[in-house]
Amino acid sequence: MLRYALSRLLSLSLSLVVASLVIFFVIEVIPGDPASYMLGMNARPETVAALSRELGLDQPIFTRYLAWVGGMLTGDFGTSYTYRVPVGDLIAARLGVSLPLTVYALLLTIVIAFPVGLIAAATRGSALDAGIMGGTQLGIAVPNFWFAMLLVLFFAITLQWFSAGGFPGWDRGFWINIKALTLPAVALALPQASILARVMRSAVIETLGQDYIRTARAKGLTSRQAVVGHALRNALIPVLTIIGLQFSFLLAGAIIIENVFFLPGLGRLIFQAITQRDLIVVESVVMLLVFAVIMVTFLVDLAYAAVDPRLRRRA
Amino acid sequence: MSLIDIRNLSLDIHGTPILRDVSFSLQAGQVFGLVGESGSGKSMTSLALMKLMPEGARRTGSAVMDGRDLFGLDERAMCGVRGNQIGMIFQEPMTALNPVQTIGDQVAETLVIHGAASRGEALRVAREKLDRVGLDAARFPLTRYPHELSGGQRQRVCIAMAIALRPRLLIADEPTTALDVTTQAQILELLKGLVADEGMGLMLITHDLAVVSGIADQVAVMQQGRIVEQGPTEALFRARAHAYTRQLFAASSHIPAREAMAEEAPLLEVRDVVREYALPRRSLFGPAPSLRAVAGVSLTLRRGESLGLVGESGCGKSTLTRAILGLEALQAGEIRLDGQPVLAGRRMPPALRAGVQVVFQDPYGSFNPRHKVARLVAEPFHLAPVDAGTARDRVAESLDAVGLQASDMDKYIHEFSGGQRQRIAIARALIIRPKLIVLDEAVSALDVSVRARILDLLADLQGRYGLSYLFISHDLGVVRAITDRVLVMKSGEIVEEGPTEAVFDAPAHPYTRQLVAATPQIPADWMAQEPV
Repeated sequence: MLRYALSRLLSLSLSLVVASLVIFFVIEVIPGDPASYMLGMNARPETVAALSRELGLDQPIFTRYLAWVGGMLTGDFGTSYTYRVPVGDLIAARLGVSLPLTVYALLLTIVIAFPVGLIAAATRGSALDAGIMGGTQLGIAVPNFWFAMLLVLFFAITLQWFSAGGFPGWDRGFWINIKALTLPAVALALPQASILARVMRSAVIETLGQDYIRTARAKGLTSRQAVVGHALRNALIPVLTIIGLQFSFLLAGAIIIENVFFLPGLGRLIFQAITQRDLIVVESVVMLLVFAVIMVTFLVDLAYAAVDPRLRRRA
Repeated sequence: MSLIDIRNLSLDIHGTPILRDVSFSLQAGQVFGLVGESGSGKSMTSLALMKLMPEGARRTGSAVMDGRDLFGLDERAMCGVRGNQIGMIFQEPMTALNPVQTIGDQVAETLVIHGAASRGEALRVAREKLDRVGLDAARFPLTRYPHELSGGQRQRVCIAMAIALRPRLLIADEPTTALDVTTQAQILELLKGLVADEGMGLMLITHDLAVVSGIADQVAVMQQGRIVEQGPTEALFRARAHAYTRQLFAASSHIPAREAMAEEAPLLEVRDVVREYALPRRSLFGPAPSLRAVAGVSLTLRRGESLGLVGESGCGKSTLTRAILGLEALQAGEIRLDGQPVLAGRRMPPALRAGVQVVFQDPYGSFNPRHKVARLVAEPFHLAPVDAGTARDRVAESLDAVGLQASDMDKYIHEFSGGQRQRIAIARALIIRPKLIVLDEAVSALDVSVRARILDLLADLQGRYGLSYLFISHDLGVVRAITDRVLVMKSGEIVEEGPTEAVFDAPAHPYTRQLVAATPQIPADWMAQEPV
């Protein structure tokens, strides 16, 4: 098990190195000087030269790569050109919104999808199953900004249970922020839960056709005991894969929902950095997202091994 | 009094009759053999008893055990019967166990689920039962997972699971069909011992008459959902009163009419062939260990000869076959077909590749279901291209040669039975007139009567086209029926070779002797008299 984890970690670290090289050099090979690109067409030459120096563009390329990577390893991501603050602080503040939102939305997704998918699989072919399948189809099809607006109309404006948007900040206490993140998390979770429930259903149905389920029934297990005791764990592998993908997607892909609820999240930061050509911020956020995806992949790999003993010995 | 009494069991699935008026009874401490070909309703009979029938099944009749009719019980009560009163084991031990649970937990579950023991106590009983089925604590602790065990060992776990609560009836559905002969002999011995020790009744479902002859006290023969004949095993085997029983016996011991026509000239020469596979590394930087699947094999196949290759699973016969087909790179040695080297990959000229064709075991998995028969059979033409008109004529000719109609070429493969599919596979192999056809367990998945006809066809084609066969099988009876010479393979090496009759009648190598001894046989004197 330990060797499996170490070997996974090794190969994922290599991906991280490759990703950093790609991100750095792609931005380097953009034709022309990054400084003049960031400043736009009408910038004065002195300004461009000053920015070049500030960015260290007069250094050789490998020195700059090492400085960039070394900086990131020590928590120094450089200074944002547009915001004039350290990129590290900027990202940390945004992550303080996006990470809890992602975890919240993903927990909701799992809490909804697992029972719904299981019930649909256990009652496959029934009216209940058909209803669930129709409902999840709708959940995938409905645009989440529209659903978010419905949530705002109903829960924030009509019932006034939640505020319509904004984020108080963690210094204002825990629950007030959780409350602020509830509607966005629900809006984000609906389509993801619909997808995950369908994956869960088909994975469970597939395992229900396996010989060992027949064996379990022949031992005297009821159909429900066989589903919970034998089908569920075997069905988890495809479900874990999807959960991993959903985490990465939610972390940076919540931009529309962030806009609907006026949340200062990572999605909006990237969007603003791209429109303002703030390459340092773009580089750093992209690198951070790559890191997050790779960490999640690692956790999913560990979860696979926890679920399936056959994977543990394979290095 | 009978242990269980089944009366007039009939079963329909979505209106299609599957079982008709099946009646038999089973005594405690006895083995009841249920034999028949696939689709005769043997397995469905057992599933009906367990009330584990597929959806849409309707059942009538009665099955009285201890004075109560099992068919009258609701699902809840039936869950109390399964695993407790009636245990069951299945054909495919490789997939019958949950891959993510330890064997200890799976055996213990039988006890826990019926409330017979706490988890700790159940694990103790599980240990006892695993010992009883021959899996000792030192090598097979309760914490083992199924993937760490062989097929035979997994079947032992399944048996331990089924007998954990000492059920009074054990149903075994083709329990040894997927296993090697030596393993089969051990499992049958174990089942026999359990019946004697525990006094339970065993209902053994099998297609293999020889297996039944060695173990069953009573036998019933099924055909198309009905029991056509039943009685004490020896009496039934001697009399063979029903026409279908006679047909079944004739087919299972069928030997096609063929003459040895081997020439002296060699067609295929295999010299000191070695094929190794790299195994996963044990340490991060050490050399990867390797497995010698084929360890220095030499053999010669003459023109027009039919050569058998027998051995148990994992002995290297499939790897050797793949090497002969030019699908495996060799680490040492050489293979020559017609004097030219057989090489893996694209280095082998298509014309040479066209000289050898293959028929595989699985008649269901070896065809693309979306292509019509014409295209499937014409596939080998990519080695020796012909124009479309000629291809169609040759497909028709080939289908005709294997006893199918030319009009079958516009059908899809799902429209054919298993036996017909195997004929199509042979037609596909024949179409570019190869010199050698490799038959890799080509009749192993077929029912005895279908198998008998395919063997006849192979013998006939050999005479007509002057073909050579390399016939790979684990079934000594079939090899005996169709080959001139035989090679016995074990752990990657050929341990014995010689004329088929001589090798099987007087095996010289201990392994061959073991193999021959483990092969179930119907006592010769039972078959001596003509059927009544």
